[in-house]
Amino acid sequence: MKIGVFICHCGSNIAATVDVLKVVESAKSMPEVVYAVNSMYTCSEPGQQAIEEAIKERGLTGVVVASCTPRMHEPTFRRTVERAGLNRYMFEMANIREHVSWVGKDKAANTAKAVDLVRMAVEKLRLDKVLIPKFIPATRKVLVIGGGVAGIQAALDCAEGGMDVVMVESEPSIGGKMSKLDKTFPTVDCSSCVLGPRMVDVAQNERIELHAYSEIASISGYVGNFDVTIRKKATYVDWDKCTGCGLCTEKCPSKKSYDRFNEGMGETTAINIPFPQAIPKKATITAASCRLLSGGKCGVCAKICTSQAVDYTQKDREITVKVGAVVAATGYDLMDWTVYGEYGAGRYPDVITSLQYERLLSASGPTGGHIRRPSDGREPKEVVFIQCVGSRDPSVGRPYCSGFCCMYTAKQAILTKDHIPDSRSYVFYMDIRSPGKGYDEFTRRAQEEYKAQYIRGRVSTVYPKGDKLVVKGVDTLVGEQVELEADLVVLAVGGEASQNAPKLAEKLRISYDGYGFFMEGHPKLKPVETNTAGVYLAGSCQGLKDIPSSVAQGSAAAAKVLGLLSKDKLESDPQTAGVDVKRCVGCRKCINVCPFGAIREVDMRGQIKAEVIEAVCQGCGLCTATCPQGAVQLSHFTDNQVLAEVEALCQS
Amino acid sequence: MPELTENTKELRIVGFLCNWCSYGGADTAGVGRFIQPTDLRIIRLPCSGRVNPLFIIKALMSGADGVLVSGCHPRDCHYAEGNFYARRRLEVFKHLLPVLGIDRRRFEYTWVSASEGPRWQKVVTDFTAQIHALGPAKFFADAPELDFLKAGEGVMQP
Amino acid sequence: MTTGKTFAYYPGCSGSGTSVEYDKSSRAVCEALGIRLVDLPDWNCCGSTPAHQVDHVLSAALSARNLAQAETLGLCETLTPCPSCLKNLHNAVEHLREPGFGARVNALVERPLTREHSVKSVLQIIYEDVTPEKVAEKVTRTLNGLKLVPYYGCLMNRPGRSMHFDDEENPQALDKLMRALGAEVLPFPLKQECCGGAMGVPDNRITSRLSGRLLEYAVSLGADAFVVACPLCQMNLDMRQAQAGDYYGRGFNLPVFYYTQLMGIALGLDKTRLGLDKLIVKPAAALAKIGRKAKEEAPAASGAGRTAEAEVEA
Repeated sequence: MKIGVFICHCGSNIAATVDVLKVVESAKSMPEVVYAVNSMYTCSEPGQQAIEEAIKERGLTGVVVASCTPRMHEPTFRRTVERAGLNRYMFEMANIREHVSWVGKDKAANTAKAVDLVRMAVEKLRLDKVLIPKFIPATRKVLVIGGGVAGIQAALDCAEGGMDVVMVESEPSIGGKMSKLDKTFPTVDCSSCVLGPRMVDVAQNERIELHAYSEIASISGYVGNFDVTIRKKATYVDWDKCTGCGLCTEKCPSKKSYDRFNEGMGETTAINIPFPQAIPKKATITAASCRLLSGGKCGVCAKICTSQAVDYTQKDREITVKVGAVVAATGYDLMDWTVYGEYGAGRYPDVITSLQYERLLSASGPTGGHIRRPSDGREPKEVVFIQCVGSRDPSVGRPYCSGFCCMYTAKQAILTKDHIPDSRSYVFYMDIRSPGKGYDEFTRRAQEEYKAQYIRGRVSTVYPKGDKLVVKGVDTLVGEQVELEADLVVLAVGGEASQNAPKLAEKLRISYDGYGFFMEGHPKLKPVETNTAGVYLAGSCQGLKDIPSSVAQGSAAAAKVLGLLSKDKLESDPQTAGVDVKRCVGCRKCINVCPFGAIREVDMRGQIKAEVIEAVCQGCGLCTATCPQGAVQLSHFTDNQVLAEVEALCQS
Repeated sequence: MPELTENTKELRIVGFLCNWCSYGGADTAGVGRFIQPTDLRIIRLPCSGRVNPLFIIKALMSGADGVLVSGCHPRDCHYAEGNFYARRRLEVFKHLLPVLGIDRRRFEYTWVSASEGPRWQKVVTDFTAQIHALGPAKFFADAPELDFLKAGEGVMQP
Repeated sequence: MTTGKTFAYYPGCSGSGTSVEYDKSSRAVCEALGIRLVDLPDWNCCGSTPAHQVDHVLSAALSARNLAQAETLGLCETLTPCPSCLKNLHNAVEHLREPGFGARVNALVERPLTREHSVKSVLQIIYEDVTPEKVAEKVTRTLNGLKLVPYYGCLMNRPGRSMHFDDEENPQALDKLMRALGAEVLPFPLKQECCGGAMGVPDNRITSRLSGRLLEYAVSLGADAFVVACPLCQMNLDMRQAQAGDYYGRGFNLPVFYYTQLMGIALGLDKTRLGLDKLIVKPAAALAKIGRKAKEEAPAASGAGRTAEAEVEA
C-alpha cells in the first residue's frame, strides 16, 4: 500500500498548539507511508485538490487526513479520494483538533499525541479493504410526528413535493401551541387566521394521512425502510361517522371537565371538540369525566348523535405504516412553574401563566376575548408581567433562555392596553432579548406607545391582600425595592422539552441533551438532521424557538426528506458485518444479540451457518464482539484493525 | 521536547469510545475548549457493544497504564441495546482483572452523551488522575527476583 | 408516639433572657410528648448575627464548641427552640465538612468534633417525629374558636438547602400543629416576611414598619392572636407592638403566643409552666375565645375533652 498523509493546520486552530511540521516528519517514517505533507486548510478547495493531485501523481492507494473530527468532514474527504479514483473507504482520519489542539495547552504533549493518532490511523488504514455500497429500495413516504406549526409546515412542503405524508398528533386536534395563541408578534397578526388555513390544507391534502389523538408505539427499521406502529387512542366516537356538528357537546351533562385547550381557564364537557377551528373537527370523550364511562348512567351523547357515531366500547388500536423518513416535530411544554413558591405556586387564582392569558385574550377563549380575572371575573386594571419564570434560572435547573418570552410579554402588554385602555401594565424583566426582524422595535412600542412600564429586576414575592395581589420586587436600575398592587399577575413561564421527548428519542434512536431537547447532527451545518440517517427535526423539540424559526425548520426538514427520497433506491453503508463461514460454528450467538434481526441462520451442506443481511445490518459490531470464533467481522472495524490501533499506541 | 519530571510524565491511556455519544461528547468538549490532560488516546468504534474485552487486555498487556471505555447512557444507545451488552460484559470483565494480576482501577467504563462536553472533561481528568495515582503499570521485567526463587526453594514440583 | 429518645438541648441566650417563657414551655411540652432533653453543659452564645458578619470561622467555632459539649454527654443530636441558633448550628455542621474550613475551626476549639452531628428545632422534632396526628390524640382541651395567624419568620425554613425543614416558601408545620390542637388557622401569606429582626436596636422605625405590616394583615384577617416559633419575631411583634401602632397611627392589641404555650394549654399542662404572664400584650381576651364557637355552634360535637377557657382565664 502507498499511503499519503495530510496534516492540517486548520489556520491556527491546530497549528497554534501542535507542531504540524514535526507531525509530518514523524509520519514520513511510518510503515507504508510514501508521502506526508502539511496543509493550511485541508478541507478548502486547494486543500482537497492537493490530495487529488497527490493520489494521481504519486499513485497513492490510501489516504490519512489529520485534521478535525471525522464526524464533521469524513464524508467530505471520502468524496475527495473518490474523485481521484480511490475507493472511498481507503481513507482514515486522525482527529487532532477536537481531541488534541483544542483540549491541550502543552505543545510538546499535543504534538506527541497527534503523532500517535496519525500512527493509529495509518495502522488502521493498512488493514482497510475496498468496500462497495449496495442500493436498497426506499419507501417514498414520510412520517411527521407532531402537528404543531413546524410539523404542519414540514408535512405540507413534503406533500407539495409529491411525497406521501403520515402525520401523527397526540392531541385530538393539530395546531399545537400556536393554535392557542391569540395574536403573534411582532405584527400582532391573528394567530388562528395565519394558522387556520394551513390546518385546513393538511386536512384537505390528499397526500397527507392524519392520525390525531395518536401516539408512536414503536419504530423499527432504518433509513428508507422504517416500520412504524401508531397507537390510535380511544376517542369513544367513530370519527368516520362524526360530522363535528357539536350537538353532543351542548347536551353533555358533565360540564366540569378540565379544558386542556384553554389551559384550565374554563371548563368543558366530557364529550368535546377542543376549539371551533379544530382539525379534525371531531368529538372526543374524556373518559375520566364521562358519567357513563366512569361507571354511572348517562348515554345522552349517544342518544342525541344523529349519525350514531358514539361508541362507548371503543378501545385503543394500533396500525402499522411503512415510511422512508421521519420528521420529529414534537414541540415543547411549559415548565412546571408551581416550583416557584414565592409566586404562590398555583395557590392564587389570579396568578396565571402567559399561555392561560392568551386564552383570556382570545375571542374563541373561555371569556370570549374579554380579559377577566379567574377569581371573580372582574376586569383587571393593573396587570403585572413577570418574565424569566423558569428561564435563565439555574436554581430550578433551567439555566437556558427560552427565547420567546420577552417578545410575547411585550405583545401581551400591548394587547392588554388594546382590550382595556385604562389599564396599566408592568413588566419585571432581567434583560430584554429581542433579536429578530422588527422585534426590538416591537418591545419599544410596548413601552413608548402602549406605556407598559418595564422594571428591570426580579420579583421576590406575590401575596394576596384584599382582592389585590401585592407584588414585591426590586428595580435594579434605580436601586430600590418596588411594591405594586396588581389585579392580575401573568408569569412568562419558560418552555422545556416535552415530557415524552426522551421516550420518543429512544424509539427513534436519536440523541437528546440534558434537558430532553433532541440533538441536531451538527450545531451549525446540520441543524435539522440527526445522527440517525433518515430522521430529521423541526421546531422546538430541537431547542426552543419562535414561530418563524419553527416554520423555517419545518421547511428545511421537508427539503431534506425530499432530497433523501428523490431516488427510488438509497445507497447503503457498506460498513456492515460479514461471516467467515469457515470459522462459523453455528452457535447462533450473533443471531441472538443483533438488535436489528440482521443475521439469519442458513443451512450450508447440512451445517448451520450465520449469514448477515447486508441491507438490514446497521454496523454496530455487537455480533463481532460476541462471536466466540471471531467469525463475524465488522468491515472497517475488524478485530485486527482495532488491535492494530492498540498496538500502534502501546508499542510506540 | 521539554524535560518532563517524573510526576508529570505522561502515562499511556487508551480510550474506546462509541461514535454516536461519547466520541461526539469528546468533540463537544473540544469545541468548547474544555482543557484536559493529554495522556488519553481515543479509538473510535461504532458502539460500546463493539468493545471486545480482548482489546482491553491486549492494551493493558502491551503497555497501557489505563483503559477507559465510554458509550451512550443506558437506554440511549444509537443501536438500541449495544451499551446494555457492554455494561454486562465490562462489569464482569472488571472483576476478572485481578485474576490476571491487573489492578482493576486501571480500567473504567462510563457513559457520556454527545452533549456532555463538560462531563467528558471531568471523566478524562478524573481517570487520568486515578491512573497517575496508581503510577506506571508494572511488568514482569520490572518485578524484583523473589528470594525463594533465588534459593531454589519452595518451587512446587509437578 | 415518641421513642422516648434523648436529645442534647441548647436553650440559647434568649431562652434564658427575653424568651424564658418559650424555653419553659418548650421543656414542658417536650416532657409531655416523651422527648427527653438534657441541657448542654456550659453552653455558649451561638454568635447570632454579629459573629458571622465578622468572621465565618469564628461563627462556626462558637457553634462547634456547643456541639462538642453535646459530645461530652455522649449525644450527637441537638435540639434548640431558636431558629437563629439553629441556623448557626446548621451552618457549622455544613461547613465543618469542608476539609480546609473544618481544620481552621477545630484549631479554635478545645475539643474538636469527632462525630457527625444532627441539629433540629424543637418544632421540627414535634412536627416530623411526633406528628400533628399524634399530638391531636393527646389534646385534652381543644383550642376550638381561637383564630390564629401562623408566623414562621425568615429563618425557620430558609435557605432550604441548609435548614432541611418543611416547605421553603410555604411552610405548613405550625399550621398543621395548631389545627391539630383544634384552633382555626388563617391563611397568612406573610408567614415568612421579615419582622425587622435585630434592626429594632439601631432604628426601631424599621421594625415598626415591617412588624406593623404583619400586624395589620393579621388584624385584617380577623385573627385573635399570632403564633410564632422565634424569640426575636415574638419580641418585635409583642414588645414592640405599641411602637408599630404609633408608626401606623393606630392601636394593635394582638397577643403573640409561642406555639409551645398553646400546645401546653391544649395538652392540659400546668399553666405555671407556660409563662403566659410574660407576654406583654395580655392574652386573656384571646384565650376567652377558646371554646366559645364550639359552645355556641355545636354544643354536643366537642369530642376532644373540655375546653381550656375557664381555667386559663382564671
